[in-house]
Amino acid sequence: MSSIVNAIPIWLVVLIKSAIVLLIVITTFAYSMLAERKVMGWMQLRPGPNRVGPWGLMQPAADAVKMIFKEDLTPNTADPLIYRLAPFISLVCAMGTFAIIPFSASADGTLWSVGNVNAGILLIFAIGSIGIYGISLAGWASGSKFPLLGSVRSTAQMISYELSMTMSVIGVLILAGSTALGDIVNAQLRLWFVIPQIVGFVIYLITAVAETNRAPFDLVEAETELVGGFHTEYSGLRFGLFFIAEYLNMITVSCLATLLFLGGWDSPIPGLPSGGLVGLLWFILKAGAFLFFYIWLRSTLPRFRYDRLMAFGWKVLLPVATLNLILTAVVVAVWPVHA
Amino acid sequence: MRKNLFNVGALFRGFSTTFSYMFKRMPTIQYPSVKKQHAPRFHGLHELRRYDDGKERCIGCELCAIACPANAITVIGAENAPEDRRSPGERYAARYEIDELRCIFCGLCEEACPTDAIVLTPRFEMADYRRGAFVYAKDRLLVPPEAGLGTSPDERPNGIPADLGAVMRVKDTVDIETGYEATNRGHILRTQRRGLAAGPIADQSS
Repeated sequence: MSSIVNAIPIWLVVLIKSAIVLLIVITTFAYSMLAERKVMGWMQLRPGPNRVGPWGLMQPAADAVKMIFKEDLTPNTADPLIYRLAPFISLVCAMGTFAIIPFSASADGTLWSVGNVNAGILLIFAIGSIGIYGISLAGWASGSKFPLLGSVRSTAQMISYELSMTMSVIGVLILAGSTALGDIVNAQLRLWFVIPQIVGFVIYLITAVAETNRAPFDLVEAETELVGGFHTEYSGLRFGLFFIAEYLNMITVSCLATLLFLGGWDSPIPGLPSGGLVGLLWFILKAGAFLFFYIWLRSTLPRFRYDRLMAFGWKVLLPVATLNLILTAVVVAVWPVHA
Repeated sequence: MRKNLFNVGALFRGFSTTFSYMFKRMPTIQYPSVKKQHAPRFHGLHELRRYDDGKERCIGCELCAIACPANAITVIGAENAPEDRRSPGERYAARYEIDELRCIFCGLCEEACPTDAIVLTPRFEMADYRRGAFVYAKDRLLVPPEAGLGTSPDERPNGIPADLGAVMRVKDTVDIETGYEATNRGHILRTQRRGLAAGPIADQSS
């Protein structure tokens, strides 16, 4: 068996793995969108989409067909090249992160991911930062005022919230002593980092919402004031790409929260097996809980005002995250947790 | 700002509210397949009724057209021929047209009619793509003779324009007792119905 596996060239293995992950991720995107509409519907005393297929299960397919057949418009004032390029930057960056995220691990410690990078968390943040270019450039290249306002907001919001997010994650990195995602999960086998890093966890949750441009931090899109913000001018498939990117980012931050704070594929109930297929189930459950939390958040909280968003990021989240980081560093320096 | 930002209790209350609403009963009626039980005196599409022997009730007196505040009704009466009597009276309506786009469904035509010929039915699905289709003439207003007396408007042939789909179930949302609580008319209705075990409306809602 292993000789057959070893005989397959590495590029083919990566290709197959990528195809599988891509398929799973796209399906997850499609149904997280349906889940969002359903859950938000229930919270607002409506049934949500239920016309296409049984229980509305074919709704994502119907939406995809609609997106594909819509006209692809480019405004006269737009910068054509950047305008067309921007959605792809967003999408590629959103998808790229899934190459590194491990979804589970075998008993011998092999990670279930496309690639195992020893600076995994850094790479994910780096890719995420590039993804913001998609939004900023889209707003700028649209050549009209609402998208421009949206992209200005996105730039400011991303800079201020990415900082706090990274700060909140460094605490985890100090505890785990590694930036590889597999090692971070393995370091949590005794105790999930959500307990020692509860402050970091809360800050991560808040900043992750801002990072993914979701309510109550969706000032970048802000339908009621910016008419869609950066994607006002986009239509058809290009708008769909932004849409996919937004949901993929949501899934990414959920997966990341699971890996960093909730022990990834580690079993939440002592005694049950973690890792392997069961571990994948734990991972999906945990990440799904985060996705539900984001939907819940969206239907509960109203949108922040722009100045309050900035004030909250710089005056509350960043100092608290820094304090948490310093405290963690001091504690780890005094009582080393890892040999 | 600070006070609002750190009001964690309010946050929890908000989250618990939205969460509990997930499990509440939805008031949604899946409209084309499930239809709402209309109020007992709902004003919908008109119909011209007949007598038991199949003769038209309308005598072409034009009182409905005069009563109509929206000028929606056009009646052109004609003398009944002795060999072919359309209505029991001297005259009948040669043409009877109601512009449903002008109609405000006030029911004054119903009250003005001396022979109870024009009545408002509970039918409300009149949507069409052409404006001309909203001028209802006798071919659509008059109850077909083969329909029989007492057939509900939904089940009559030719009686249903622009039907949106089969009705799976009628959802009972109207409670006559409480639905007419605030009106004087409700008081009269209740007094009249007292002692009646099962009226026609009670049948529908059961």
